[in-house]
Amino acid sequence: MTAQTAWVKSERQAERERLRRKRSIRSSSIATTSTVLLIVLLVWVFTNSPGWPRVQETFFNPEQFVKALPDVLSGFLLNIKIFLIAEPLILIVGLLVALARNLKAPAFFPLRALAVAYTDVFRGVPTILVIYLVGFGLPALGLQGMPTDLATLGVIALTLSYGAYVAEVFRAGIDSVHPSQWAAARSLGLSHGRTMRYVVVPQAARRVVPPLLNDFVSLQKDTALVATIGPLEALRQAQIHAASTFNYTPYLAAALLFILLTIPMARFTDYLAARSQRRRGQ
Amino acid sequence: MSLLSIEGVWKNYHGSSVLRGVDLSVEAHEVVCLIGASGSGKSTLLRCVNLLETVDDGVIYLDGDEITDVRVDVDQARRRMGIVFQAFNLFPHMTVLDNITLAPRKVHKVGRGQAEEEARELLARFGLADKAGAYPDRLSGGQQQRVAIIRALATRPSLMLLDEVTSALDPALVKEVLEIIRELKAGGMTMILTTHEMGFCREIADTVCFLDGGVLLERGTPEQIFTDPREPRTREFLRSVLDSRRL
Repeated sequence: MTAQTAWVKSERQAERERLRRKRSIRSSSIATTSTVLLIVLLVWVFTNSPGWPRVQETFFNPEQFVKALPDVLSGFLLNIKIFLIAEPLILIVGLLVALARNLKAPAFFPLRALAVAYTDVFRGVPTILVIYLVGFGLPALGLQGMPTDLATLGVIALTLSYGAYVAEVFRAGIDSVHPSQWAAARSLGLSHGRTMRYVVVPQAARRVVPPLLNDFVSLQKDTALVATIGPLEALRQAQIHAASTFNYTPYLAAALLFILLTIPMARFTDYLAARSQRRRGQ
Repeated sequence: MSLLSIEGVWKNYHGSSVLRGVDLSVEAHEVVCLIGASGSGKSTLLRCVNLLETVDDGVIYLDGDEITDVRVDVDQARRRMGIVFQAFNLFPHMTVLDNITLAPRKVHKVGRGQAEEEARELLARFGLADKAGAYPDRLSGGQQQRVAIIRALATRPSLMLLDEVTSALDPALVKEVLEIIRELKAGGMTMILTTHEMGFCREIADTVCFLDGGVLLERGTPEQIFTDPREPRTREFLRSVLDSRRL
């Protein structure tokens, strides 16, 4: 029973690969055709509906679009700013709260109770109410050093609201690390804190990246809720334009900008998910 | 005609070849035992037969049909064989009974009543009648592996592939799993198994194949392989196993 030392592709294998290539070309052309058909069908259904001309005029008016875009875009920069500042703050709050909920020592009971109360309250209250309460309530206290800038108040409100969600995501991640990892770390003499820091949280963080990014996609569009307390962000700018012309196309411009921001994030999430899948497959 | 015929199978991973042109044929009712060091390609060969891995060259015929054909329906081909893994791979969210009846019910369209009756019969035959409603994590390793074997049997395969089925078990539990395999052989089941249990291999195999670096180096009866191996590599391997007192 002798075997070749190096692989020389057989005629049969070459034929098999040719066949596979042919099949993959066929399946991608089927995918393209069915996608195009679906889009054509959807466009046809919408543009042939009886109210289409009016909808087109109110929502898809190119003239209004061009007129509103610069203002909406400049407002959108504020959304991005709010988002970029809120995101790291949320991560910190979320992780701290999750860690506080995992403190087992009796002395830490108040901290643990506070963390539980925080997540219960802020996950329960609708984000828009939190924004009202913080936006109008905090400055009304008249405390010294309390920020009065509306965007800053918006960041605080979003951080409070999203911090509670993210804390739960982190906690789920921490709980999902197998107890054997705790046993191994503690057996080496690592304290609770060190076990968390060097063994559990690094594993948990990798696992929760996809759900975290999902929350951040959601945060990106919820920055528009800050409009309710007044700062001139994208939605507010669109509202101003719409109010003067009774045309809703500026909202469409704002929606487009939000989509443009969330799509790369969504693809990045997909990429990370695919990567971890590949790693597990090996 | 052989039940299973493997011809010139190659499998490459990341530029290195795990299987290097393996030929092997298995007759109906034959028990073939693959031996060899870790990484010699035994498990990969089983996974190729079950089409869990796509071969990079060569052909595999099952009952005369080429199952490595690109056009072949993989699910259809797999229905004709059962595979049992080293780590059991039971579904943790299902009871023993549901684990066993899943494929008969969903793939082979057997009614729930009949599937469960057959499953209970199999469980009774292998001494697990009282475990039908239990979840896998309530069972010992030996019991889990017996359930895994029953799960594979429940689809009435014509070929069973057993991949190191006792390697994850402690010695006290190995016996009950080996007992099942003996019963299967007595019932005329065609099997290919990889194992480190040389004593068992010698007892149960009709044919022993020694794999080394992805090459099927030597094939013979258990008597011949274990008492008079022709290849120096086979002798070396058997001696190292003997040294670790697993023979």
